[in-house]
Amino acid sequence: MSFETAGYQLTPVLPELVLAVGSMALLMLGAYRGQGTTKAVTTLAVVLLIATGVIELLLPAGKLTTFGGSFIVDDFARFLKILALIGSVVTLILSAEFLSDPSRRIFEYSILVLLSTLGMMVLISAGDLISLYLGLELMSLALYVVASSHRDNAKSTEAGLKYFVLGALSSGMLLYGASLIYGFTGTVSFAGIAAAANEPSIGLVFGLVFLLAGLCFKISVVPFHMWTPDVYEGAPTPVTAFFASAPKVAALAVLTRATLTAFPGILSQWQQILVFVAIASMALGAFAAIGQQNIKRLMAYSSIGHMGFALVGLAAGTPEGAQGVLVYIVIYVTMTLGSFAVILAMKRGGQNFENIGDFAGLSRTNPTLAFFFAMLLFSLAGVPPLAGFFAKWYVFAAAIKANLFTLAVIGVLSSVVGAYYYLAIIKVMYFDEPLTKLDPVRVELGAVVTIAGLFNILFFAYPGPLVSMASAAAKSLF
Amino acid sequence: MTTWPILSVVTFLPLVGALLVYVSRGDDEAAQRNSRWIALWTTVITFAVSLILIARFDPSVADFQFVEKAPWLANTITYHMGVDGISLPFVILTTALMPFCIIASWKVTSRVREYMIAFLVLETLMVGTFSALDLVLFYLFFEGGLIPMFLIIGVWGGPRRVYASFKFFLYTLLGSVLMLLAIMALYWNGGTTDIPTLMHTTVPRSLQTWAWLAFFASFAVKMPMWPVHTWLPDAHVEAPTAGSVILAAILLKMGGYGFLRFSLPMFPLASHDFAPLIFTLSVVAIVYTSLVALMQEDMKKLIAYSSVAHMGFVTMGIFAGTIQGVAGGVFQMISHGIVSGALFLCVGIVYDRMHTREIAAYGGLVNRMPLYALVFMIFTMANVGLPGTSGFVGEFMTLLGTFRMSITTAVFASLGVILSAAYALWLYRKVVFGPLVKPSLMSIKDLTFREGLTLFPLVALTILFGVYPKPVLDMSAASVQQLVNNYNTAVTAVKAAALLQ
Repeated sequence: MSFETAGYQLTPVLPELVLAVGSMALLMLGAYRGQGTTKAVTTLAVVLLIATGVIELLLPAGKLTTFGGSFIVDDFARFLKILALIGSVVTLILSAEFLSDPSRRIFEYSILVLLSTLGMMVLISAGDLISLYLGLELMSLALYVVASSHRDNAKSTEAGLKYFVLGALSSGMLLYGASLIYGFTGTVSFAGIAAAANEPSIGLVFGLVFLLAGLCFKISVVPFHMWTPDVYEGAPTPVTAFFASAPKVAALAVLTRATLTAFPGILSQWQQILVFVAIASMALGAFAAIGQQNIKRLMAYSSIGHMGFALVGLAAGTPEGAQGVLVYIVIYVTMTLGSFAVILAMKRGGQNFENIGDFAGLSRTNPTLAFFFAMLLFSLAGVPPLAGFFAKWYVFAAAIKANLFTLAVIGVLSSVVGAYYYLAIIKVMYFDEPLTKLDPVRVELGAVVTIAGLFNILFFAYPGPLVSMASAAAKSLF
Repeated sequence: MTTWPILSVVTFLPLVGALLVYVSRGDDEAAQRNSRWIALWTTVITFAVSLILIARFDPSVADFQFVEKAPWLANTITYHMGVDGISLPFVILTTALMPFCIIASWKVTSRVREYMIAFLVLETLMVGTFSALDLVLFYLFFEGGLIPMFLIIGVWGGPRRVYASFKFFLYTLLGSVLMLLAIMALYWNGGTTDIPTLMHTTVPRSLQTWAWLAFFASFAVKMPMWPVHTWLPDAHVEAPTAGSVILAAILLKMGGYGFLRFSLPMFPLASHDFAPLIFTLSVVAIVYTSLVALMQEDMKKLIAYSSVAHMGFVTMGIFAGTIQGVAGGVFQMISHGIVSGALFLCVGIVYDRMHTREIAAYGGLVNRMPLYALVFMIFTMANVGLPGTSGFVGEFMTLLGTFRMSITTAVFASLGVILSAAYALWLYRKVVFGPLVKPSLMSIKDLTFREGLTLFPLVALTILFGVYPKPVLDMSAASVQQLVNNYNTAVTAVKAAALLQ
């Protein structure tokens, strides 16, 4: 037996290798030098993530595969990896204040974020069910721990445990589905499954359903969303921002890649599942958020709804749909990170406030912050000319082209319902009587809010580059 | 000839002004004064630039002029601007009314900078709506206007402003998202969202029906037509004076403009099929909301209901599909823009003095405010549609145009003319005539110079267009002619085909 060196190059995984070795080195640094190194480790982690991103961009162009096809680097992977890395970097930046508290100087936090990001990158590049599972577990295990990183807080601990138990359940379902698929197609590689799965045999469809269920847990769409509000509320706010951004990118990426490259032959089977899931998520996200008082819980329902919108594009099963998903996820991540930066800035007298009522009159006490938050909320509601509108345009246009009219109509109607609760926050900020002024907003939070806000406001002026990159990335799947 | 993008300049100049207001900081008094003056100058300059549009506009050409095109979202979704005889009057109406709105808001004292920014941004979005020649671009401007208007009603509005602003926003959004889906369907059907191209793209009959209904959902809410008009009285009553003016004079016209720009040229068959529905709804709007207006105790609410009734004439005229009907619809919208805007300014003037809009709180104003009484009378008469005022021309032409298509509709709509006289004269008598007995009114002052400045030009326009409507009618004539011809050709072709079978 000869070792196929051609199929096992290390160049495509260079960014992942750098990230893995780098995080090990940082772990050593922290372990030997103690908790005093938290700040240094966080800074170095940011540098490491940026370096990883640069290496990713320097990789040779075109489609690279390695490890016998189980690891794929194409335009799709590059696009989403960069996005996930940006999400992680911003998360670490947003966490600076959380980690500066003497009682919470835990250097492991940054290491866990790094490892989770490594998992995401593997997940995004996954070319078979094995690397899919590896990436997913690496990502999730790190996330469980990060969720409970506020060690003395019962809610944070509860969030971590809840996430772990339900996450483990979902991993089990995913594995079960993967084994069924393997059993009925005789292969684990996506390309091989695609070749074998032309006919919807009952075993294959069973496996597909379980696989989708497992992945739907990770992007928290109905009916696998139960953990989201509790975990979002309980976890420390920077961690919630992390949950809402980078892991969603990775899970949505693998869902897109798996459905479009491994099961194109049985499109009608998974299409009806995704249509149902999308409709249910959009509706639940819209209606359940109305009654929320806690802004983090509200963001949880909002994220459920937004994942539903993103799935509208995927349900179309076309290159336009995949492009819609990619545009949607980029805009969603910026809106979410910007919003969480605002939530983190809601401090009065050193105390964090999380209730919607605490935003009262923010437009008079902190006009710039309120303005950007209002624009982010209008964008989340999908009102033009903000970026959120373009996100919705691409997914719904794809759905209309694929003749999914019911889905599109229910989708836009639920976006109107959803607009209500975003407006309700703007109402509190702009129409109500002001409370006391906030503490001075930290520089890094202000920067994140400003960049996210400007991106959302000015996107309409120059949408070309992102749209064409997304288009190229989507085409690399077909 | 140097070709500078004059239309884009008109569109985005207010945005530049908004930025200037934003960066002008300073101590409170000075900053407020500065932002007022910057806003006023911006709107005046914008108006002046838009006059160049009139000067260079060739009314004998039916097609779009001042066309600008640049790549935007994709090859098929472009930044495409231009005006024809139908949209130019609305652009001018917008730029012309904005300075009056700014002057009318001179006494706003809370959050002046934000107020001016909101109005300037709104102006950009309104001008953009009327000059966009790409469906996505149009939707962007059309819907974007919701954001500043929502804030204007919600921040500077009356006691029930939260309810009114939410109702306004969600109602309009609900109508528009369906239109968005129709836009997507048209995009995949024609491969482009370019409006001039789509006007010459045949749309399959079934798609026409659905797309027409979706566009109708949006424009009927915006117009507003009965029975989706209920947001309008609330929004009008709660909005600050200038907000009401903009709402009545320009935002409502977007609905009528939409029917003219999209429904009739792109879906002629569906428009023909649904014309009876429009006629019915229009007649109900004219008669029913006029009756409702008779029962109002709030001045703004009364005018709001009368707006719904007057818009009924517009929809009726447009879907009559005759030259008189369509031209009358355009004229009626312009005239209503001037008259209803002026009426809201009149209400605002007494509201600023007495802080109430209740009709019962007034009476005998003519004794202390003769000038006001005169101005208010002219606008009341124009609202009634008295010959010699601009209101008459529009109503007469729409009735004339409709009479050829449906006599019943025209007969019932004529009832509205009588009813409008009833409520408008009743309002005028209650407020202006009668003995001046209320102690609170004893010291009320007549128009100030600033208020006169906002009203007299509008008086002049109302009477000018009443006796000499030619400028507006000429401007739109060629485009209306082309629109009606295309519509009739499409409808006749289908009828002939049906006969052959």
